[in-house]
Amino acid sequence: MAEPDLAHIWVYLSASPLFGLTITLIAYVLAHRLYIFSNFNPLLNPVVTSVIFIVTILIFTDISYYDYFDGGQFIHFLLGPATVALAIPLYRQFAKLKKIWIPVTISLICGVIMGAISSIAIAWALGASYVSQLSLAPKSVTAPVAMGISESIGGIPSLTAVLVVTTGILGAVLGSKLFELLKIKDDSIKGIAMGVTAHGIGTARAFQVSPEMGAFSGLAMALSAFATAILLPWLLDLIGFIKI
Amino acid sequence: MTFLNGITILLIFQLIGEISVLLLKIPVPGPVVGMMLLFMCLFIRDSYSDSMEPVSTSLLNHLSLLFVPAGVGIMVHYERIVDEWMSIGIALVLSTILTMAATAGIMLLLQKILVRRGRDNG
Repeated sequence: MAEPDLAHIWVYLSASPLFGLTITLIAYVLAHRLYIFSNFNPLLNPVVTSVIFIVTILIFTDISYYDYFDGGQFIHFLLGPATVALAIPLYRQFAKLKKIWIPVTISLICGVIMGAISSIAIAWALGASYVSQLSLAPKSVTAPVAMGISESIGGIPSLTAVLVVTTGILGAVLGSKLFELLKIKDDSIKGIAMGVTAHGIGTARAFQVSPEMGAFSGLAMALSAFATAILLPWLLDLIGFIKI
Repeated sequence: MTFLNGITILLIFQLIGEISVLLLKIPVPGPVVGMMLLFMCLFIRDSYSDSMEPVSTSLLNHLSLLFVPAGVGIMVHYERIVDEWMSIGIALVLSTILTMAATAGIMLLLQKILVRRGRDNG
């Protein structure tokens, strides 16, 4: 008679938030260990390996994403306070920022426009659907902000979330190589470029390189979230892509 | 207590941010406004930055973890991504490289110009 009991426990657990929350933490702890073990190989970024691990388990156990997210939302929620917490490293780097605020502002705005226009233009040229193009536009902005922008311009917020995470991983993986290729050594420049392109995931990667690169990346991520939220709807209207 | 105080302050600023976004109808997410407000407050009370340090470090050190639940959402969009994987994938990779190179390149160029101008003036 042990089997029906186990089945009952399983039915109970898979519907409770505890499952989603615990599986997320287990996946991340394992993924993080693997990442350290691989000597910080960017291809084994803990976000990628955790997501693959969790998706595999959900498919095998036939648990829907929505049931999983009942538990996952507790972690997802912390994105808000973490965004606010960026004020502290930002404040610590303020003396340095004050000296270079003009180049930072100009390159940041160029980066934001480049990110939005290039993703739409390339996706359009290759025949992606209109909704996908709109969901792609805010891909370089931190997830909670990007989802809000996506909704306001007519994209699909949850698709945007996935594209945002993918962009972050791409930025974190490609960043070091690209900076090497462009012969950029200044941690403040690397940080700004990383934050504009790859938001929080890039910032997490930047903090591993140096606190300075991390702080500048966090700063760029915060400022570009602000700039994109204001510029993007207007920019898309300007090129005749959407009507506000 | 420091951790508890820290997370409480973060949530208060997030809440103020969310409320001001709703009241002023600005198209910027609440946490971003909260961050800007906390940033300004640190100038008034410098000592806060030390007491906020533990909570901010522990949240930001594992920032990657916070993206995992959103990333698992790829399951829901499986079909669309399979149908359009080429165009979406190429757009993501190229646009990521272009954005990063443009931002870093322009910043490098501007810094060189500013340094040269500073030297000419000095």
